[in-house]
Amino acid sequence: MLDPQDKIRFEQLVLPHLNSAANLARWLLRNRADSDDVVQEATLRAYRFFENFHGGDARAWLLQIVRNTCYTWLQKNRPAELMTEFDEEVHQKPSANPETLAAQKDERQRLMVALDSLSPRFREVLVLRELEGCSYKEIGEITGIPIGTVMSTLSRARERLRQTLTEVAGAAKGV
Amino acid sequence: MNCELAETTIHGYFDGELDAVRSAEFERHLENCARCQAVLEGLESLRTQIQQSDLYERASPDLREKVRKQIAQETRKVVVSAGPSWKRWFLLPTFGTLAAAAALITIMLFVAPPHTQSTLTAELIDAHVRSLQPGHLFDVQSTDQHTVRPWFDGRLDFIPPVADFAAQGFPLVGGRLDVIDGHNVAALVYGRRKHFINVFIWPNREKEKAPDSSGSRAGYNWVAGQSGGMQICLVSDAALSDLRELKSLIHQ
Repeated sequence: MLDPQDKIRFEQLVLPHLNSAANLARWLLRNRADSDDVVQEATLRAYRFFENFHGGDARAWLLQIVRNTCYTWLQKNRPAELMTEFDEEVHQKPSANPETLAAQKDERQRLMVALDSLSPRFREVLVLRELEGCSYKEIGEITGIPIGTVMSTLSRARERLRQTLTEVAGAAKGV
Repeated sequence: MNCELAETTIHGYFDGELDAVRSAEFERHLENCARCQAVLEGLESLRTQIQQSDLYERASPDLREKVRKQIAQETRKVVVSAGPSWKRWFLLPTFGTLAAAAALITIMLFVAPPHTQSTLTAELIDAHVRSLQPGHLFDVQSTDQHTVRPWFDGRLDFIPPVADFAAQGFPLVGGRLDVIDGHNVAALVYGRRKHFINVFIWPNREKEKAPDSSGSRAGYNWVAGQSGGMQICLVSDAALSDLRELKSLIHQ
């Protein structure tokens, strides 16, 4: 069914959201090289499944595939990171070598370090809400979190981010 | 409204996601609550900080180019082969000749089920094959239905029927989330001698009840049917009769 006509439709409907795809994957995988590979894989999957897209929110549809591809990739390559899923409170301590600490004096760096140290579940809702501007409904659609729990997940994610930012800032001052 | 309740609601308010009634209710609370006012200010300054930090990562021109090339390539492949659901199985690099594709089309004319069904079947078999890669079979590994069932809680917007049939020769081994046709589905994994059987479950989206169906493709057998408002699809390299037997057990 995917004929040249579909290719054009795909290019018009889905590809405009490539920035969103790249952004979500970068934040889920925490580095650019891996996330570029995964975005490629995810867009190919999206293209193959395009006939299952029956209109509606193309961005959410693409991001859902990107997210699932990211989690599959993490499961295969960095399963330890997903362990935090079962206990969202457990999170990595922001790394503490002098070089990164010096860099963390910069506010943007501090935010990046803090976000990267959250569990993927928290990171994704924050990225979708704050960077992507998604509604709760879209966040639910993309992540599979029931819509009723999106608000409480965001609430916990923001609290965790706030705490981590304080820790990172404290560590940076100590240099 | 008390502060404890407001602690979560404040996020809905902050994100503009409360309905008018709850929003007004929260505002009444906010008026007299210095603590919540401070929290709200904190949320606002965090958002400002995030927005000013320019954290959005755009697709590089290099990535755009790669994606575009990849799709162009894929389109060519599809034109040569017969359809997207088949190429994953048959379009091996050495197999890309027109003659082979023509032969395939001829065969498909006689054996292919209706198109939407065939796409779904290909996707299910894909998911089955993917699940057999190391580390992919389970998100939760347990032979205890009372461990597997609650695991799905909060991960899906429906409750899949989970039961162990070890006594009948189909021990439950675990479960995981999967995505079929763009929807989250439950995947239960059962053992059958040395085979694994994936049972995919999701709520019926079609109003009409489709008849049970089954078939084989690329060396895998599948059985599909509906039960208790759920669509249930079994995929495995185990015998079709085994799949039918497990399906009727689930059906009870």
